[in-house]
Amino acid sequence: MAITTIDGQKVWQRRDRNTQLRSWALWLVGTAIFMWCWQQISAVTTWPFFWDAPRIAADIGGRAMPPRWSYMDKLWAPLWDTLNIATLGTVMALMMAVPVAFMAARNTTPSALFVRPIALLIIVSTRSINSLIWALLLVKILGPGVFAGLVAISIRSIGFCAKLLYEAIEEIDESQVEAITATGASRWQVMAYGIVPQIMPAFAGIAVFRWDINLRESTVLGLVGAGGIGLQLQGSLNTLAWPQVSLILLVILLAVVVSEWVSAKVRGAII
Amino acid sequence: MLRLEKLTKVYKTGDKALNAVDLEVPKGQVLALIGPSGAGKSTLIRCINRLVEPTSGTVRLGDVELTGLGLGGLRRERRRMGMIFQEYALVERLTVMENVLSGRLGYVGFWRSFLRKFPQSDVDEAFRLLDRVGLVDMADKRADELSGGQRQRVGICRALIQNPSVLLVDEPTASLDPKTSRQIMRLIVELCEERKLAAIVNIHDVALAQMFVSRIVGLKLGTMVFDGAPSDLTEEVLTRIYGDEDWSETIQKVDEDEEVDVA
Repeated sequence: MAITTIDGQKVWQRRDRNTQLRSWALWLVGTAIFMWCWQQISAVTTWPFFWDAPRIAADIGGRAMPPRWSYMDKLWAPLWDTLNIATLGTVMALMMAVPVAFMAARNTTPSALFVRPIALLIIVSTRSINSLIWALLLVKILGPGVFAGLVAISIRSIGFCAKLLYEAIEEIDESQVEAITATGASRWQVMAYGIVPQIMPAFAGIAVFRWDINLRESTVLGLVGAGGIGLQLQGSLNTLAWPQVSLILLVILLAVVVSEWVSAKVRGAII
Repeated sequence: MLRLEKLTKVYKTGDKALNAVDLEVPKGQVLALIGPSGAGKSTLIRCINRLVEPTSGTVRLGDVELTGLGLGGLRRERRRMGMIFQEYALVERLTVMENVLSGRLGYVGFWRSFLRKFPQSDVDEAFRLLDRVGLVDMADKRADELSGGQRQRVGICRALIQNPSVLLVDEPTASLDPKTSRQIMRLIVELCEERKLAAIVNIHDVALAQMFVSRIVGLKLGTMVFDGAPSDLTEEVLTRIYGDEDWSETIQKVDEDEEVDVA
């Protein structure tokens, strides 16, 4: 912001000359960096493949159409597995996330000095690793199959659910808690009457939201052998069975649309 | 009944909220606590049932010294102290009935309360109280569906179902319109009379306090600066409590109000 006086009149400009020059220089540097990066990527791109891409895509698309509907017979079971991984994984995650959330929330933690950092560490560490990587790891430990996927989904979800839940706990109206405490209620009664009713909407919202995410994540777990429809997807991709691939993608799309619809309904019902 | 001796509270920030307050409330007396914001009225009430831990001094309820009690003992004694709040502090997502019954939590075990299996005698008493305050048809409504005055009535029921010997009332009318404020104050005073309850009522509205209570205590910066009958509350006293202001209107208004009320 610069105010100068020209002929006795106060003139206002957004920036004075030096700031303006600096801003232009920064733009110049930014553009240069962008151009340089562009060039780097361009240098390592195999351009014939790139120019070829529309034709190949059209070719695969042509082979994938129409989807092989009869393959559906073999998809019901893995689809059911996928749904189970998502649902049971969410339930297991919630069971573990609730105590973690109460330990992490500033107003309910038993000890801000010892317990809270541990709870926060659980939240950060489970959240920071993608469920596909958890699955890779767990397939090695538990062996391939649905169970590894289930555990991968639930571990990954603990941090997510616990974080959102503890933020909800920290935002409750303390006066309601105070009122229940003043009646002579025990610590657990204060929790059941003063805190739980206040966080129920948040809890239900988090549960369906995470279930929705988990359904999408569990469709790819099969790629690393952790069960579900992803296994069929990988098999079909490897054998270049494009009509099967298109059917699987269609089924996944439908499943996700249905889960979106269900979670929207549930969330609407709670509020 | 209730006796405070040299009750002092210093907050962690170093603010001295209460400065050696001595106060005795006999059985059946309703006492209004007035004073400017930040005078320590809320702190005083909360130091009695130890929602706020007093720094020093003692609180006695009957023969029991509350300040020395452990957690279990404190919970038992809290049952004898009903509390009514400024913003009602009902659990908004529970029903009216659940809110009233939550006053019995100190008497009922965890699982019974968790499964909402309260003894029939408690449920009977809850219906009796709701009937007394005119809300018996609302028992199944959720608390957040009620109006301000109705919510405060539920708050009163929750405090009374504890079967307390003392009521601690924190700004019961601060969120209510003038008419509802009077109805709520009248209800509290009547109920205290019926049950011979001692009560400390924090209140901002001096005129309202004068209308309903028999004793007024003035608090300023954590120190008691007045203790007497409502009629002793002169302009000079109000200046001592709140500071310089033209108080003639406030006191006059009381008389007018009372006339209107009688008419």
